[in-house]
Amino acid sequence: MDIAQQLPALVIVLPMLAAPLCVLIRHSALCWALSVFTSLLTFLSAFGLFNQVRADGVIRYAIGGWAAPTGIEYYVDMANASMLLLVSFISLIVLLYAYESVKKSVVKAKHYLFYAAWMLCLTGLLGITITGDAFNVFVFLEISSLSMYMLIAFGSNRRALTASFRYLIMGSIGASFILIGIGFLYAATGTLNMADMAGRIPDAEAQRAVLVAFSFLTIGLMIKSAVFPLHGWLANAYQYAPVAVTAFLAGTATKVSLYVLLRFFFSIFGTEYSFGYMLLNVVLLPAAIVSFILLSLVAIFQSDLKRMLAYSSVAQVGYIVAAFCLATEQGLTAGIVHIFNHGIIKTALFMSVGCMLFRLGHTHRNSLDNLISTMPFTVVAFIISGLGLIGVPLTVGFVSKFTLIGAAMEKGWWLVGALVLLSSLFAVIYIGRVIEIMLFRKVRVNEPAPVGMKEAPLSMLVPMYALIGVSIWFGVFGTTTLSVAREAALVLLGGYQ
Amino acid sequence: MSILGLYNYWVVVALMMAGLYIMIARYNLIKKIIGLGVFQTSIFYLYITMGKVHGGTAPILAEGYPLYSNPLPHVLILTAIVVGVATTAVALALIVRIYEEYDTIEEDELKSIELAEQES
Repeated sequence: MDIAQQLPALVIVLPMLAAPLCVLIRHSALCWALSVFTSLLTFLSAFGLFNQVRADGVIRYAIGGWAAPTGIEYYVDMANASMLLLVSFISLIVLLYAYESVKKSVVKAKHYLFYAAWMLCLTGLLGITITGDAFNVFVFLEISSLSMYMLIAFGSNRRALTASFRYLIMGSIGASFILIGIGFLYAATGTLNMADMAGRIPDAEAQRAVLVAFSFLTIGLMIKSAVFPLHGWLANAYQYAPVAVTAFLAGTATKVSLYVLLRFFFSIFGTEYSFGYMLLNVVLLPAAIVSFILLSLVAIFQSDLKRMLAYSSVAQVGYIVAAFCLATEQGLTAGIVHIFNHGIIKTALFMSVGCMLFRLGHTHRNSLDNLISTMPFTVVAFIISGLGLIGVPLTVGFVSKFTLIGAAMEKGWWLVGALVLLSSLFAVIYIGRVIEIMLFRKVRVNEPAPVGMKEAPLSMLVPMYALIGVSIWFGVFGTTTLSVAREAALVLLGGYQ
Repeated sequence: MSILGLYNYWVVVALMMAGLYIMIARYNLIKKIIGLGVFQTSIFYLYITMGKVHGGTAPILAEGYPLYSNPLPHVLILTAIVVGVATTAVALALIVRIYEEYDTIEEDELKSIELAEQES
């Protein structure tokens, strides 16, 4: 048996097996090592898949040997191969980083559960991405969501519990809506296989069931990807979760939901139906614009760094959704490239905030005076990725915003382009203010110097700088990600073969 | 089909709305979970109704029974029931932890405690 042919199954099976192994091992450091090792193997498998897809085109993998419409099929093309790569890469980097931070913020007796939940969450996120079966999407969505609620509840503040519970209520409603949507689609088309479904939708379009399915799926996926006004769960969940979890979720969870959104709207329903007949952009575009204007404004007024970055995440989801609304090749490319770039930058930002939290024990903006003198590496990491978030040239943020504005201009949506620029200005304010405090504000004289303040441990700095290195690489050589994103956009617009 | 002929779907709609309403209107966290349960059950009912074929038997291959109900929704719903049970379990575990930390499971009281915390 050739292992290269089994990669689609391995990507899911490896982390899924690691979860119960963690529970059996129970030893904190061993569980961490196992999770890192599994993440590494998963990343390598995803990389192998990505190369295979680039070389030979779409991979269709029949689970258990049952052929497509009857059995469950894993369907890997450019769009989800690159998502798999992103999710497994972020999981690997953040897990490497998590060791010290988890040791400090989570009770030692529960570490094995933490890593087990992490592995299940990874399984779910990768599963949503790779599967070609609509009902399978729901199952993996629930696997990732349930383990996410658990991971958030590990936060040291007791408000993590209520944040997790509120997310559970919202998340379950969202997942149930997706389940209803899939049910109606099944009723209308008689198949659960996504490629098959895409082929049958044109004949079933006139049925009201398809219309209902479309509406339920839209609302469900909007909740899951935190599009305004359904983003309420996100701020508390990101703020009170352990910082490693926040970094992981910020880079992957909403991004995977956005990918599902893409898959359903463009490949299954088709661009013509979603945007021509259902006028999806009438609903989504105003929501996206309000997202990135209003939530960037809200971010300015947050005094807690984690909360500020959480609101900024909602704003960035707004950019991505606005890019999807253009419904052109250029727009989709911009959206997909921003999914990557924002995933990397926001994870790096949360990692640097995590370093501050590790040493200071809090993340209040106003008490970071002159932090550069005690934690120079952390501060420089925050500045580099902060500039990336704003979209300064030579960073990844510039690549995606440039593409997005270019796509908006191409379609003649000048106002959207201008509003994107305006909200970038707000980002300059909220990131700039933090940088100013960390660099220039002097510690008040009569306050005692903080004792034992030093740079974050190396095991946190190295993964963080590895991620920042990647973000700079993709910022300078933006054409690599752009060409991958363009291929992914073409695949999505082209539908199933 | 007449309106009465669709009574299964009316039950689905009624249960779904009742469940959603409980989740929104009740402050007690346990009651919210009960609402979620009702809501999810309505979806199970929707799927099962979809799979019913008029005059069909149970989906077992046998001589003389050519017409049988679609078994696929049943299988899907078995999975969804398991997911629902897991969700309820996680939610109840969270409620226990919330009760240990806050001594209350009323949403409005939790909110006022958190507000007071924020101001201090």
